[in-house]
Amino acid sequence: MKGEGDDGAVGDIELNLLVEAIYHTYHYDFRGYARASLRRRLKAALHHFGCATLSQLQSRVLHEAAVFGELLEYLTVQVSEMFRDPGYFLALREKVVPLLRTYPSLKIWVAGCSTGEEAYSMAILLREEGLLERSLIYATDINPNALRKAEAGIYDAAKVPEYTENHRRSGGRSSLSDYYSAAYGRAILDKSLRRNIVFSDHSLATDSVFAEVQLVSCRNVLIYFDRALQSRALDLFHEALCRKGFLGIGLRESLRFSSHADAFVEVAREDRIYQKVDRA
Amino acid sequence: MSGLTLPAAIEAVVIGASSGGVEALRRLLPALPAGLAASVFVVLHLPRGRGSLLAEIFGRVCALPVREVLDKDPVLPGTVYVAPPNYHLLLDSGPQLALSMDEPVEYSRPSITVLFESAAALYGPRLLAVILTGAGADGAEGLAAVQRAGGCCVVQLPADASVPQMPASALQRTSADFVLTLEDIMSLFRQLPRSSA
Repeated sequence: MKGEGDDGAVGDIELNLLVEAIYHTYHYDFRGYARASLRRRLKAALHHFGCATLSQLQSRVLHEAAVFGELLEYLTVQVSEMFRDPGYFLALREKVVPLLRTYPSLKIWVAGCSTGEEAYSMAILLREEGLLERSLIYATDINPNALRKAEAGIYDAAKVPEYTENHRRSGGRSSLSDYYSAAYGRAILDKSLRRNIVFSDHSLATDSVFAEVQLVSCRNVLIYFDRALQSRALDLFHEALCRKGFLGIGLRESLRFSSHADAFVEVAREDRIYQKVDRA
Repeated sequence: MSGLTLPAAIEAVVIGASSGGVEALRRLLPALPAGLAASVFVVLHLPRGRGSLLAEIFGRVCALPVREVLDKDPVLPGTVYVAPPNYHLLLDSGPQLALSMDEPVEYSRPSITVLFESAAALYGPRLLAVILTGAGADGAEGLAAVQRAGGCCVVQLPADASVPQMPASALQRTSADFVLTLEDIMSLFRQLPRSSA
């Protein structure tokens, strides 16, 4: 009998059983999530629930729905910020927006939007570029709590100086302060930004494409997936994108595990923006 | 120096450094022999928002190829992998490299502890872990995990470190196998086996 439990072969078996149990009971599919970071987050969950092993946690998850709701907060990552990686947004303005202007109406998919910071950043950018009124942003995530926070659009005011600096470096044409009001340590985003955003539940692991879009932005989501699940997600993006549509991913992510990798060309190499190749 | 012997079958070396780390690594990494059998993983704390030129800086002085990690990179022998700024670096089965944007650990992302714990789970006794100069206590928990898994733990002698706090914190948490000056860690690195020998 192995004593350590959460590391080693027994731990791997327990982890696989737990994600299977979650999939069959709650239809959330973490089976294709990268193991090392999943294991790390589950360790924190064990501590939170006072469970000695993942098997104990599995038993509670199977028999108590409320436990799963809480566990979901550990299984999904909710670290986000506005205009994160300003260079990415600057490249969108310079290299993607000129082409987006040629469309009479725009659909944009922010996949894995977490608590909404990136979706609102996109909305602000589009407004500054005069495109928001003709745009619809689909912002999707699997975590219902994160989606609720995203819809509320209320963030910690302490983060605002950093967001302001990010926004400025992203080539912002206005002041970020035009888009929020501050009260009681909170920054409340302008509700008019939300008119063109639809927040909804969607899983890159189990759901299919729901619309044709001109731009997919999915940043620092693929890192949590193993190669097979990355491939599935990238296939969805390929299918959702219109002819000559754009795809933006995280700065240390790649398209190399996609079966459609050769169907994209680099638009901004360092900023990880690609365009679907016209193969007509 | 003499008398220091490494466990024979080291397959991976993990190194954590913070303040003073760029200089320490510029001295230390050239001691890694060309054709090294093991893979090397480095977490160095950097001020936020700074773009990373570390792979380039270290690549110039190191006999081995130095790469800033791209998510899901396979792990190759004789290669030095550097964590990208603002991402945790983890080792996953394969072995392959994984990145995460999870919350900072010990105020740090990348965190030395995150790298060390995942490496300990994967390599067990075939791991050599090194804590160098720095402020803060990141890496202390990770080094303890390396020790529990039977890996070899090396801490820079605090008096030899340009910032002693991080190695001192590691030593409070773990009785290291070796507490050495940077010069002596270099000698240790020179003993690491080569694949083509």
